[in-house]
Amino acid sequence: MIPESDSRGHFGPYGGRYVPEILMSPLEELEQSWEEARRDPAFHSELNELLETYAGRPTPLYFARRLSQEAGGARIYLKREDLLHTGAHKINNCLGQVLLARRTGKTRIIAETGAGQHGVATATVAALFGMECVIYMGKEDMRRQQLNVFRMRLLGATVVGVSSGSRTLKDAISEAMRDWVTNVSNTHYLLGSAVGAHPYPLMVRDFQKVIGEETRRQVMEREGRLPDAVFACVGGGSNAIGMFYPFINDEGVRLVGVEAGGRSSALGEHAARFSGGLPGVLHGARSYLLQDSDGQISLTHSISAGLDYALVGPEHAWLHDRGRAEYVPVTDTEALDAARKLSRMEGIIPALESSHAVAEALRRAPAARDSVFVVNLSGRGDKDMDIFRENLKELDDANSPSI
Amino acid sequence: MTRIPPLFERLKQENRSGLIAYITAGDPCPERTPSLIAALEEGGVDMVELGVPFSDPVADGPVIQRASQRALRAGTSLARVLDIAAEVRRRSSIPIVLFTYLNPVLRYGIEKLGRDAVERGIDGCLLTDLSVDEAASQIETMRRFDLDTIFLAAPTSSAKRCKLIAEHSTGFVYLVSRTGVTGEKDSVSSTVAPLVASMRALTSLPLAVGFGISKPEHAAEVGAIADAVIIGSAFMRTIEQHRDDALEQRLTVQARGFRDALFRRTA
Repeated sequence: MIPESDSRGHFGPYGGRYVPEILMSPLEELEQSWEEARRDPAFHSELNELLETYAGRPTPLYFARRLSQEAGGARIYLKREDLLHTGAHKINNCLGQVLLARRTGKTRIIAETGAGQHGVATATVAALFGMECVIYMGKEDMRRQQLNVFRMRLLGATVVGVSSGSRTLKDAISEAMRDWVTNVSNTHYLLGSAVGAHPYPLMVRDFQKVIGEETRRQVMEREGRLPDAVFACVGGGSNAIGMFYPFINDEGVRLVGVEAGGRSSALGEHAARFSGGLPGVLHGARSYLLQDSDGQISLTHSISAGLDYALVGPEHAWLHDRGRAEYVPVTDTEALDAARKLSRMEGIIPALESSHAVAEALRRAPAARDSVFVVNLSGRGDKDMDIFRENLKELDDANSPSI
Repeated sequence: MTRIPPLFERLKQENRSGLIAYITAGDPCPERTPSLIAALEEGGVDMVELGVPFSDPVADGPVIQRASQRALRAGTSLARVLDIAAEVRRRSSIPIVLFTYLNPVLRYGIEKLGRDAVERGIDGCLLTDLSVDEAASQIETMRRFDLDTIFLAAPTSSAKRCKLIAEHSTGFVYLVSRTGVTGEKDSVSSTVAPLVASMRALTSLPLAVGFGISKPEHAAEVGAIADAVIIGSAFMRTIEQHRDDALEQRLTVQARGFRDALFRRTA
């Protein structure tokens, strides 16, 4: 058995609560509300009802026959989180947290977003519950994800562009924390990943573990056994921990987290925290962190905004150190190739984030004949069309036949 | 004992509230910081909080965020800030508190920081994102090197937390005047007086109040109930707006404005 975190949110030496004092008591209150809610059957029945009738759970486990044949080895299944309302797994956590916010009497929701998927999911649940919603998003990410920005506005949210630092997810989280420090009395910070101060990593994992629970059941039904390996991309790591957690004590199941290898292994060119980072503290938690020799946070790069973050969730750091999960980088190019392959072989266009996990499964499949792989397809690729277009020029009009 | 308790002893005898200046080290460049501190001293500043710039300062408003960026671009590291402190110490006995975020300190090494900070003449350390809950090893190390550990208390801190903060602080307790990030405000928050009162009941340590105190009249109001007031963004804005040779003179005049307000009110 892998031990649980301690009562103060430490996963071994990781996690914890490293925030300005202003937020300490509010975090204690949030932790207490969450503890009460998780023991309250009424809370779970309302959440389950929403997950089923609003978000679209359970999501299918799909056997990717043609992709598996092409890869030539393992039988590859896809956990279809991309089919959820709003297009990614983020809605699981948002529904849970918005119920918690309502329970604690908060009327205003704030969130950070990288790719925009969490921002859209947050704006969606805020609309559903009639709450004011402010989303912080790096200006560089706003440029990369214009459609999602518009989508959030259509849902009634205010999107605040953040122009400090690298203008990406890291800076959006910093700005959301500054808002929270200022408006803590009426505001719930709906953090979207398994990062941040305790209780966020635990709470987000609990709202996402439904992914792995369903997968476990579905794969047993289909294959009569557990999978040999599960794959998930890791930015902060919420879809990955949601997939991994229910398998942690199944020692025969390899847990493979895939980080953004970006353009190269040089600092600033990727977001591979386990190969390029060291333990440090950012945004409330201690974990593997990309930083320079003075302890300043490094810039990161990934073709997928959702993986473009300097710190990995603390529970992943702990799984890594204990050797229970392995973490590997996949480059921008490999992710694009995998996205294209999945689109053509299965008619499924994946989010660039999820494409990283697909790429690693494809890499390992040929040497894993008779194995069962599950890839968490955490999001769909609609939001990434502009990036696909920039990078797949051969598909543009100039090369199309016309009559 | 550090230089901090004797300062508050002297302030008590002079029957006035102290003036603490926060300054981001290295803005506009590391070479300039010692003379800016000398200018603040000339204007009557009693203690300096020497800010080590951090790339992601979540507790700071725009003024100190920009100052931190400029300082980092000018090549300011924690090691460089320690050298700045040593340079100040060669000519002055003003108490110096290192003020920063945890990650640069972790990377430098807490043990190494304790040893080097004492050697450079630093008196204490305040880490914005390190609350008492996670501070056991930092406290143990700092005590061993006879450095004060200053913690923040906020209007949101529960009674239980205030007690812990009082127990683990030495030198003084830093009271955050209001919820929010650092930066200038038009008035003093109504949360200051209750926070001062509740901390008084818990500790005999001096209480310094900061965040949002930007005008002499604010300082006078807060100084009437606190043992010291902390001015940060107001000085950093002056540094941002005036890079000329007259900057030092401006800082001296600005500091004197705060110092006179504190003196008049409580004398």
